[in-house]
Formats: sequence, structure tokens, C-alpha cells
Amino acid sequence: MSFLVDSVIMFTSQVLFFGFGWLFFMRRLFKDYEVRQYIVQVVFSVTFAFSCTMFELIIFEILGVLSSTSRYFHWKVNLYVILLVLIFVVPFYIGYFVVSNIRLLQRQRLLFACVVWFTFMYFFWKLGDPFPILSPKHGILSIEQLISRVGVIGVTLMALLSGFGAVNCPYTYMSYFLRNVTDSDILALERRLLQTMDMIVSKKKRIAMTRRMMYQRGDDQNKQTGFWGMIKSVTSSPPGSENLSLIQQEVDALEELSRQLFLETVDLHATKERIEYSKTFQGKYFNFLGYFFSIYCVWKIFMATINIVFDRVGKTDPVTRGIEITVNYLGIQFDVKFWSQHISFILVGIIIVTSIRGLLITLTKFFYAISSSKSSNVIVLVLAQIMGMYFVSSVLLMRMSMPLEYRTIVTEVLGELQFSFYHRWFDVIFLVSALSSILFLYLAHKQAPEKHMTL
Amino acid sequence: MASLDRVKVLVLGDSGVGKSSLVHLLCQNQVLGNPSWTVGCSVDVRVHDYKEGTPEEKTYYIELWDVGGTVGSGSSVKSTRAVFYNSVNGIILVHDLTNKKSSQNLYRWSLEALNKDSSPTGVIVTNGDYDREQFADNQIPLLVIGTKLDQIPENKRSDVLTRTAFLAEDFNAEEINLDCTTPRYLAAGSSNAVKLSRFFDKVIEKRYFTRDGSQMPGFSERKRYGAGNSKSLHYD
Repeated sequence: MSFLVDSVIMFTSQVLFFGFGWLFFMRRLFKDYEVRQYIVQVVFSVTFAFSCTMFELIIFEILGVLSSTSRYFHWKVNLYVILLVLIFVVPFYIGYFVVSNIRLLQRQRLLFACVVWFTFMYFFWKLGDPFPILSPKHGILSIEQLISRVGVIGVTLMALLSGFGAVNCPYTYMSYFLRNVTDSDILALERRLLQTMDMIVSKKKRIAMTRRMMYQRGDDQNKQTGFWGMIKSVTSSPPGSENLSLIQQEVDALEELSRQLFLETVDLHATKERIEYSKTFQGKYFNFLGYFFSIYCVWKIFMATINIVFDRVGKTDPVTRGIEITVNYLGIQFDVKFWSQHISFILVGIIIVTSIRGLLITLTKFFYAISSSKSSNVIVLVLAQIMGMYFVSSVLLMRMSMPLEYRTIVTEVLGELQFSFYHRWFDVIFLVSALSSILFLYLAHKQAPEKHMTL
Repeated sequence: MASLDRVKVLVLGDSGVGKSSLVHLLCQNQVLGNPSWTVGCSVDVRVHDYKEGTPEEKTYYIELWDVGGTVGSGSSVKSTRAVFYNSVNGIILVHDLTNKKSSQNLYRWSLEALNKDSSPTGVIVTNGDYDREQFADNQIPLLVIGTKLDQIPENKRSDVLTRTAFLAEDFNAEEINLDCTTPRYLAAGSSNAVKLSRFFDKVIEKRYFTRDGSQMPGFSERKRYGAGNSKSLHYD
């Protein structure tokens, strides 16, 4: 009986998540496009719903909601469905839509989509070879094979985004890094842009007029038909044409310049807005947060290096450690069991909410930047794939942040994976990503003021 | 010969509707082979015979300014785009017939362009919402062009065309529906070509001819190659 009730609760929450994913897709992602293939929207919302359900099950685990057998059952079901979606459904549809865009292969869409899917599966399988992720007692078709590979990809993604985010966040928040931009700089650049446009216009006028004259003269010339007419038209080229190609080259160069100037002007406008924003109260608050985050970022990089150099993996989670410190060193006595449950709930809840929100925002920005009306379906599906793998791996890694008694369910469900490997791999990629982001931002920052000094 | 009078026409619309192909077709009479993203603004020039075939025939340059981007861009992109909206004599609004959202966004595009325009008629817009009266008051000629007509199946065509007719009515403008990859839609003598010609004539009239028929001085004597244009430049 209670199993039925539990299932109903789970199902309702899944429907809610599905609705949220659907709305997000319609209102945010596909704001400027028309949804013509509803299957894309369905697949995206399903991936989102099942990923969120996994997080929900972790919360339920901590709070002790629903009976533990039904929780275990739902974990397993959810995991199978998500793996099915991430490995079979989404890649197949990505292949299908990519193939649909290519005109040559339109007829045999299904066939080529299957071919693409098989190539994906081959590389996906090969991915597992260089990593020590499985113990030999697992068979070839066990669920652990699939999860371990999904975990590798997802953890790499998480670490990359994390590393870049950890460095980029203080860089954007702090006003220390803002270049000084005045109104006159912007006006000067805009004037240059308009001057360039005027030069392009006058050259194009010459081209248009020369073409028109050639066309009119060509009409008279073409009236000479016959053998001699053909010979004449081959040997004598109209006088304007070499001139035209020269002007056309100048126009191309000027157009490239105008594009550069446009992008620089946009950049200056954006910087000016940021400067104005930083003077407001909100801006000052974010500036302060930026300093805080930069310290946090440095600490994380330091810890990652220590972990790798000294080859250690953290044994206890922050909650238990915090409680230990409070109880042993500060001498405050309280009901450990009660508080550990609540604190881990809050901590895990915060981690889940921020990671979902952060990922959705990043994906939206990414989508706006690179999508076009032809490729929007493919890109959304790729984003759904990334989202699914990201969420599965965050469950995997979150295991470390939970006290022992809650860890068991995750270990049971995901099977005997080498969890310590994933943490080590996360540290390595995080370090690489953070250091290269620092290098990249340093170069970009250095290069920008030099550009404007030449004005 | 470069001293012909000129008018400036903006070509606005969402990303990917086919503005660059359209401008290329209008100016070069050729189909654009490899369309790519327009960054910033790309200009092309069409030589147009005003009042063709009559004794008052005169040749003008029509500058088609194809401004790229999306209507929901960040404010820094919008502020930069505003630089191109100065002293505009006509606006061509382009939308994709297969994508309803691009037609809806045309309202926002026109408001963005008309807001920034510093023409003497002073179109006053308060809160950015669509208001038909603004367009009735508007002195700048508008033209609505729908692209990708070939991708609409025959049975859906009449619905789509009714919808676009309402759209054009809202803007108090003529409309043309075509496919930028076949030049036959704009072949000389077709109704589309006549509408286009009428639009350009209207733009030239509004700019150069006051209501009583006397001609306003052109800019050709005063314009120098490479003269700087500051933001508050008016044609007076």
C-alpha cells in the first residue's frame, strides 16, 4: 500500500519537473524560434525531469521520506531510464537531425542516423579503456559499464565548467579588472565606424555605377552576333572590369575593418555599462562577493594540487568534519544525529539548486550564442545530453559531501564504482581548467588595453 | 557620376530570415551563393531610376543598410546598432514566412529603429509597447517582405498570406512575399517589382520632394569623401 502511495508521489513530482523543463524550453531557450519538431522538446523535458528526480531522491534519502525499499526501487528505475535516454535516445536523435540538415542524405535519413549512432556507441565504449574505472568482476553487459563511462564524461564536463567558473566569477564580479572607458572613447570609435561605412558606401556606388554602364554598353555590344562578334568579345575585355576587381578587394578589406570596429564598440558599451553597474549598491555587493570568491577559488586550486601531489582522497565529508570540530574543539554539545541530518540536507540542497541553476543559465547563454534557425534542434539535443551527463555525475560526486549513512544508497544503486578515481579525475581536470582559464583571461585582459591605445 | 543623390534604407529583421540574400538580390540581381552571419552592418547600393519612363526620370543611389542581430540582444549591442539608425529615409522589414516569431519580432524591430531616429517628425514612443497610432503617424515609408516562400507547402499558403496581410496592414505598408534564391520573383514587370519600385519612389519623394512639389537640395555638393559623421547629423 505504502509502495503505491510512494509511487504516486514520485510520479507527480516527475510530472512537475517535466512541466518545468517544458516551460523552460519554450520560454527561454526557444524564445525566437518556432518549435516544429515537438519530439525535441519532449526529449529535453524528459531528460530534465529524470535528472531532477535523482536529486529529489537524494533529498528524500536524507530526510527519510518514503520507505527505503520503494526509494531503492525508484532509484533503480530512474537510473535505468536516464541511462536509456542518454545513451540510446538522445544520441540517435542528434544523429537524425544532423543528417536531416544535410541535403544529400535526406532520403536515407533513418539509415544514416543509425550509422551515426553506432559510431557514437563505438567511441563511447572505447572511452572506458584508458581509465581504471571497473573492477574485473563485472560482466560486459552490466549497468556499471555504462554508468562508469557516463560518469567519466560528466565529471570531465563538471570539472571544466567548475574550473572556468571559479576563475571567471571573481574576474567578472570585481571592478578591479574593469578597464577605464569614457564616453569620448566610445564616440571616437563610433565615428571611426561610421567613417568606414561611408567609405564602403562610396566604393560600392562606384561599383554599381560602373556595372550599370557596362551593362548598358554590353547591350549594344552584344547586338553584334555571329562569328566575328564572338571573337571580338573574347579578345577585348571592357575597360572597367579590372578596376572593379581592385575596388572590390578594397571593399572586402574595409568590410572586415568595419566588423572589427563594430565588435570593439559593442565591447566598449558593455564595459561602460559594467562600470555604471559597479557604482550601484548591487554592484558593490557583487564586488565584495568577488573578493570572497577569489579567495575561495585560490583555496580550491590549492586543495586540488595537494590532493594530486600527496595522492590523498578526502575520507570524511564536510558536515561530519564540521560537527567533529565543533564538538571536540569548541566543546559545544548537541544532538549530533539530528543536526547532521538537517545540515546535510541544507548543504546538499544548496549544492543541487546552485548547480541546476548555474547549468541552465550557462546552457542558455551558450545556446543564444551559437544557434541558428537550422541548427537549433541539434544544439538543444546536445545541451540535453550535456545536462543529463552533468547531473548523473554530480550525484556521483555528491556522495562525498554526504555523511556515511546516506552514502550507502548511492553506493548500492550505482554499483561498485571506483569513486576515488572520479574525485581524483575531477581534481586533475579542475586544476587544468582553472589554470588555463587564468592564462586565457590574463592574455585577453592584456590585449584589450593595447587595442584602444592605438586610437 | 558618384555625385548622384542618395537615400538610406534600413533592412531589419531577425537573424537568419534572409536579409543578406535579399539585399544581394536587390543590388546585384544575383542570388547569394554562400550566405553567412552578418556581423555589425553590411551596406549595398542599388541604382534606381525614379519615375522611370516619365520625363522627370532621375537616377538615385539607394543605400541598403543590412543591420544584423537579434531583437533581444544585450543593451550594449543595441546601443552600438543605434549608430546605424541615424537619418533613415525608409525601412524594409524582413520576416521569415516559416517562422511566426520572426513576424512578431518585427514590431520590436520597428520600434527600435524609429525610437532612435532623430527625424524632424519626432515619433514619440513611451514604453516600447506596440501602438498602432505610432505607425499611423510615422513619416518613414515601410515595406514588409516575407522570405522563404518556397518552403511553405501549397495548402498552407493562403493561411500564411492572410496572416502577413494583417501584419502589413498594421505597419501601414505594402508587402512582398518571395524566395530569395530565385530571381524570378523580382523579374522586371512582375507585381513585386512594381511594388518595390513604388516603395523606392515613395522614399525618394519623402526625402527630396516637399508636398508642394519643389525639390529639396541634395547633399551631393556638400558631401566630401571621408567626412566624419557625428551622431547628431541631420539632413536639413
